[in-house]
Amino acid sequence: MRSARTGLVALLSASTLALAACSGGGDAGGEETEDTAGGGTETAAADFPEGSTMASLAEEGSITIGTKFDQPLFGLRGPDGNPTGFDVEIGKIIAGKLGIAEDDIEWVETVSANREPFIQSGQVDIVIATYTINDTRKEVVSFAGPYYVAGQSILTLADNEDIQGPDDLAGKRVCTVSGSTPEANLIENYPEAEVQALQAYSDCIEPLRNGQVDAISTDNVILAGFAAQNPDLEVRGEPFTEEPYGIGLALDDTDFRMWINDVLEESFEDGSWQEAWEETAGTVLPTPEPPAVDRY
Amino acid sequence: MDPSVIADNMPAFLAGFRLSLQLTLVAGAGALVVGALVAMLRVSPLGSLRAFGAVYTELLRNTPLTLVFFFTVYVLPQFTPFRFFGYAAAVLALTLYTSAFVAEAVRSGINSVGVGQAEAARAIGLTFGQTLTSVVLPQAVRSVIPPLINVIIALAKNTSVAAGFAVVELMATGRRLAQGNPGESIMVLVGVALFYLVITIPAGQLAGALERRVAFAR
Repeated sequence: MRSARTGLVALLSASTLALAACSGGGDAGGEETEDTAGGGTETAAADFPEGSTMASLAEEGSITIGTKFDQPLFGLRGPDGNPTGFDVEIGKIIAGKLGIAEDDIEWVETVSANREPFIQSGQVDIVIATYTINDTRKEVVSFAGPYYVAGQSILTLADNEDIQGPDDLAGKRVCTVSGSTPEANLIENYPEAEVQALQAYSDCIEPLRNGQVDAISTDNVILAGFAAQNPDLEVRGEPFTEEPYGIGLALDDTDFRMWINDVLEESFEDGSWQEAWEETAGTVLPTPEPPAVDRY
Repeated sequence: MDPSVIADNMPAFLAGFRLSLQLTLVAGAGALVVGALVAMLRVSPLGSLRAFGAVYTELLRNTPLTLVFFFTVYVLPQFTPFRFFGYAAAVLALTLYTSAFVAEAVRSGINSVGVGQAEAARAIGLTFGQTLTSVVLPQAVRSVIPPLINVIIALAKNTSVAAGFAVVELMATGRRLAQGNPGESIMVLVGVALFYLVITIPAGQLAGALERRVAFAR
């Protein structure tokens, strides 16, 4: 009995030592990453307030980001398995400020329906996934940003000029995605439109060509991507809603939210935001003015 | 997790439930008719009809339902003048898919009737059609009803695939409500599950009761 207890104590002290060794190694690793990331001077864990999310992420040297895998221009996973797009670039800017290299970002697919549960359960640290900031969502998660303001718009066949704005949708079959913000908006504000909800926006294109639906409606950035790929399709009229895209994170993690807001404002000023836009969505869309961050 | 989200959205849930039930009944009836016809093809004396029936059942029974939906919504308009969409496409896809399972159930029922029955019927001069409809099928029905109810239960659950194809049945209703109540998405899904149980559990009970009656009759 006695020997067993001594053994346990020995084991405990050994593991404490091992832990100490580990954390020492972790610090060293952090500094290395910083060097390879090149530049960032304020990225060591010690520079963040103790106990903050930034400090623990910087110390771990990795971050889990939820994004879309099927959204051209914003988050689209290529054949090599890595997502690309404007959301992904924003994620890299934030990770960079934490001293985390691009390769240490773990990308997780979040679809419209699972973004809140993934944040609430901690399966992701942040969500950057064409995620519209709104008041109902603010009750369950917090939002940094916006980093871009999209707006709902309409796509039709290029030779169909009957539909020029949302008021022309009355009595027309409008294709969108089941469980999305544009669907909810159409039902609420344009009840005379016949909403036809499919699984993905890309599924709407063939029915539009076949005349099974008259129009597709969702955020202008998504429609612009389709119009760029398909010369027989055209975006109609000006956006008729404002969809501020924010970065979702755990409810009430105010320090983290404000820190991300600082990072975004910095990227607006130093040109990295513009660069990220021009490499991705900017290939088919004009470069907008950076939006004003909402520090609610 | 607040169950009041279900009570507050009862009209939406009921509308979705009605459509799911309607899809089950309409596609179920269609599948029973088509499936019985295909089963008859499969026991027909003509080789070409048997082959057609076999290809039909094997193709539909062994492909995912989502694919059958894609064919009715996206592929059919490319090669035919049919422009099925929404409810009509869902009824068609669910009927075709389910009919293959009905055909298999009915065929096994026909095979369960002793071969002597058909031989005796032919010996007294009944045609193939008369033999099937007056002698074999009435006896087959007894053993076929319980598996058929299982097929219908599967159909009731399969109607949820229509949610992705412009039909606002229970599942699509659930997605809409989850979008409107982001904090209560789990409770909304629990509500959706409960409404499916309202269809499937009584159907299962019915299958059990019929099975007991059939057993007694024997």
